[in-house]
Amino acid sequence: MSIYIDASTRLLVQGLTGAQGRFHGLRNRASGTNLVAGVTPGKGGTDVEGVPIFDSVAQAVAATGANTSMVFVPPAFAADGILEAAAEPGIDLIVAITEGIPAHDEARVFNYLKQTSRVALIGPNCPGVISPGKCNVGITPHEITLPGSVGVVSRSGTLTYQAIHELTQRGIGQSTCVGIGGDPVPGTSFVDVLQRFQADPETAAVVMIGEIGGSAEEEAARFIRDHLTKPVVGYIAGVTAPAGKKMGHAGAIISGSSGTAQAKQAALREAGVTVVDDPTLLGEAVAKLL
Amino acid sequence: MDLFEFQGKSLFARAGIPVPAGRVARTAEEARSAAAELGGVVVVKAQVQVGGRGKAGGIKVAKDPEEAFAHASTILGMDIKGHTVRLVWVERASDIAAEYYVSFTLDRAARKHLAMVSARGGMDIEAVARETPDALARMHIDPVIGLTAWQASELVYRAGLDRPTARKSAAMLQALYRAVVDLDCDLVEVNPLIKTSSGDIVALDAKVTLDGNAFFRHPEFESFREAFTPDPIEEMARQRDLNFIKLEGSVGIIGNGAGLVMSTLDVVSLVGGRAANFLDVGGGAGAETISNALDVLTHDPSVRSVLINIFGGITRCDLVAQGIAEAIAQRTLPWPIVVRLDGTNATEGRAILAGIQSDRVHPSATMRAAAERAVELAR
Repeated sequence: MSIYIDASTRLLVQGLTGAQGRFHGLRNRASGTNLVAGVTPGKGGTDVEGVPIFDSVAQAVAATGANTSMVFVPPAFAADGILEAAAEPGIDLIVAITEGIPAHDEARVFNYLKQTSRVALIGPNCPGVISPGKCNVGITPHEITLPGSVGVVSRSGTLTYQAIHELTQRGIGQSTCVGIGGDPVPGTSFVDVLQRFQADPETAAVVMIGEIGGSAEEEAARFIRDHLTKPVVGYIAGVTAPAGKKMGHAGAIISGSSGTAQAKQAALREAGVTVVDDPTLLGEAVAKLL
Repeated sequence: MDLFEFQGKSLFARAGIPVPAGRVARTAEEARSAAAELGGVVVVKAQVQVGGRGKAGGIKVAKDPEEAFAHASTILGMDIKGHTVRLVWVERASDIAAEYYVSFTLDRAARKHLAMVSARGGMDIEAVARETPDALARMHIDPVIGLTAWQASELVYRAGLDRPTARKSAAMLQALYRAVVDLDCDLVEVNPLIKTSSGDIVALDAKVTLDGNAFFRHPEFESFREAFTPDPIEEMARQRDLNFIKLEGSVGIIGNGAGLVMSTLDVVSLVGGRAANFLDVGGGAGAETISNALDVLTHDPSVRSVLINIFGGITRCDLVAQGIAEAIAQRTLPWPIVVRLDGTNATEGRAILAGIQSDRVHPSATMRAAAERAVELAR
């Protein structure tokens, strides 16, 4: 049993008929994920390469027993898509890939879900979650992964791949890799994922990738210090990023000294994390700890 | 998007929040006629997207149009923390009885909005927060419910705002929060919010940051850009949907994903070089995007070599390689390109690179090796 997803995952994709949803949904299926349905209002009754399309999440769940939804809906409708999936009791995990959702929509959705639902939301603006050899819900290229015992959690999509690649190159496999996304209000935080890695018997060590802005890494450092018994290797991107400049992610804004790469590295080191200053050194650092 | 004060005030006026009457002026002559139209004493205020303009001499009171002309002449062209003043806002002077501070923003740690209110407006609010934290009332707002009447009232009384006008101030807080939500603002800060001697509550300043992700709901916000004077290369990149920031070095950087690009800047610096820019092509970039990105860098004379660092997820390496091939076929690029491709369709992408008939392209197997090569080629 890996965290979030495994062989029992029955995936539906909201937006499977769009170009991105189709490409990645079918890639997930090709890597062994049980893709059972797609949802696009108005296209119910059609299919994408044999995957049935429904007009609503409720219909898709009733017909296929889907328990996980991946959201590929455009930004203007993505918040509504997440709420639709959350309203269906059969769904217990939502992975929102969509980039560019308005911050107010995200804040409303996060707080509403927290108050009304037990569903887990990963993302938005994230690469999703992959348990190598078992299941892939997202856009992480499964070819670069290797089944194993290192958990990876990251705020940045492409840096997640970089970290996985460095591990795989050294023959170090991964239990589950979770991209939590770089937006200001992610559905799942570092702490949420670290908690699951700590409880997961298949995870022996953790790689954590952070970046400048916000205080999520500092919160993670406190959690690691107080609750994590497994070894952690960390990397923070943005050491040379100019202060006060916005670097693409709404999340990556330096806000006071607590948001700087240096402050985050220091907090992680104090919590006993091995911090590397070059992502290509992640594999070597993990190898030393295992 | 950070707005100028006058743009923020136009949004406030639209949302029914009282602001003083005023006019924008591009020249001292325009400032003089603005003062004449408004009549009486006016304030001439530098329009810059940075704080601290009062201390820098960017805000002056003028008792008549001639004085407004003189102040505008001094303020226009002035440099305030690296920002050149190109516009002034001339507004009717207010009769100030009390100055307050109000702001609404997202508290990322709490994942809720945060209201901050103080009776000590008009001064450095960070110093107030540091030295007398109790003078700054803070309250989290549940984004699902919004700022309730009791919360607005509690903020007003806790911050110690004037009691006889407490209801008006609380109503103002609710109106401001509604504007934050309706206009999709990341930040609204009013310093000072004033009480006039006749007991009216008026926004004397407006710092507004709009959420660019929400512009599909407010297409008219695009026109705010007309008042900006962006860097020409940054503007070219923006029009092509590329996330570009000019930096000081000589290694041009193109990558996918803000995290990987930031990390690339760090690794270039670790191996002894300096990045000329931050350029994120975003997720799912096709051949045209890559070709556009290379084109943008040709307009920066400080670039000596280019490092393309792609780890494909939603982005496909074959399309990236195609974009490089197209850019090279279309024009002579002035510098060597080091390319590192991994992830989705990397094998196909590397094959396309190998087929490019040019000594300008240097494929590289790892991020570190690519950074080293690019730094060496920039020397």
